[in-house]
Amino acid sequence: MFTVVQAAEEAHNPLLPVVSEIVLALIVFAILFFAIRKYVVPSFEKTFAERTQAIEGGLSAAETKQAEADAKLAELEKQLADARHEAARIREEAREQGAQIVVEMREQAQAESSRIIEHGKTQIEAERQQAVTSLRAEVGALATTLAGRIVGESLDDEARQSRVVERFLADLESDGSTTTGSGVN
Amino acid sequence: MSVHVSLSEATPVAAEGGDGGFIAPGPGSFELPPVFEVAGFGVTKPMLLLILSAVLILAFTIAASRNAQMVPGRLQFAGETVYGFVRNTLARDNIGSEHFMKFVPYLFSLFMFILVNNYYGIFPFLQFPTMSRIGFVIPLALMSWLIYVGAGMWKHGVFGYFKHATMPSGVGGPILILLVPLEFFSNILVRPVTLTLRLFGNMFAGHLLLILFATGGAALLTSGNALYAGVGILSFALGIGVSFLEMLVMFLQAYVFTLLSSMYIGEALADEH
Repeated sequence: MFTVVQAAEEAHNPLLPVVSEIVLALIVFAILFFAIRKYVVPSFEKTFAERTQAIEGGLSAAETKQAEADAKLAELEKQLADARHEAARIREEAREQGAQIVVEMREQAQAESSRIIEHGKTQIEAERQQAVTSLRAEVGALATTLAGRIVGESLDDEARQSRVVERFLADLESDGSTTTGSGVN
Repeated sequence: MSVHVSLSEATPVAAEGGDGGFIAPGPGSFELPPVFEVAGFGVTKPMLLLILSAVLILAFTIAASRNAQMVPGRLQFAGETVYGFVRNTLARDNIGSEHFMKFVPYLFSLFMFILVNNYYGIFPFLQFPTMSRIGFVIPLALMSWLIYVGAGMWKHGVFGYFKHATMPSGVGGPILILLVPLEFFSNILVRPVTLTLRLFGNMFAGHLLLILFATGGAALLTSGNALYAGVGILSFALGIGVSFLEMLVMFLQAYVFTLLSSMYIGEALADEH
């Protein structure tokens, strides 16, 4: 067996193809090629395409999310700025109001004090008038009494008495028409 | 079967007779006898390996691409890496994004086919690179040739393609008398031959080297001479080193064959040189 094969070895040049091998290679490769084209390449391409799409979809989703977040952030910042502005406005208003209240209170207090002073003055005047009136009456009586004591019996004379009184009253009246308090003094 | 096994490791058997009995591996090491016969045709080990390669590739690629998930598992990731490499690096970058998808199934099949058949060379028990049989390489080179010539004719028309392939733009006058036959020779006639010989030669030589180191080492070890045995161990060590080199060459040859096929297609489809 060995010698037979060795004889065949020497007869064949390795550069010369064996026809059956060429045919077999063509058939096997053709089967492989068509199977790969039909089953393998489409599946791989489908996966690649899906993956590309998924990545692109993910990217666009992320972009949308980012834009949304940016919008939200801007809105919040705006709200915050508005709130700060509002707070400042309220503070300013309160300060103004406070100042106004202080002014009003001061005015009110002043008015009250002047009213009290006025009232006091009026009361004093009224009491003075009352005192003047009662004094006049009393002074008249006293003066008459005193004059009677001083004059004594000399005034018993009816004629004389009535003249003296009349004259006194006339004096008194002329005095009272010039100055109210002169009758006392 | 026993005959075939004794043949692929033929020389140690022969070397058992002594130093003079060592027969160096040669082209004969690639002439394997039929494992069995079908209707008069002898079915050899490389033929079975070739069929097995198609089964393996389809099993792997279909399993990796079926039920594909958005986040790939290990198998799917491995399949996508290889497929993406052929699709993007080899096909798209050389052919251009407009037409490359038409050629991806062919180029991917070609790459996987050559890759698996090459790696048989270092796979334990199989240990035969199918592409060291020139009969398996010629059809692949012919297909690549037909495809790139066909693509060029589809794009530029028959006469237009010959003009495109043989007349460099910007060259005119009598120099064309010299240039046109040369370009025709190099771009159309020689390319399938170099594609064939490059792949075949690398696999053939690499396998021969591995056999030589293995069988030579075995013959030296069993020679009964202590010095020879030491050299035999060195031979095995070198054989292991060459195996790693072969791993690289096996990938590179699959890569280069596919790369050149895409480059030829891209060049045939290009608008201008």
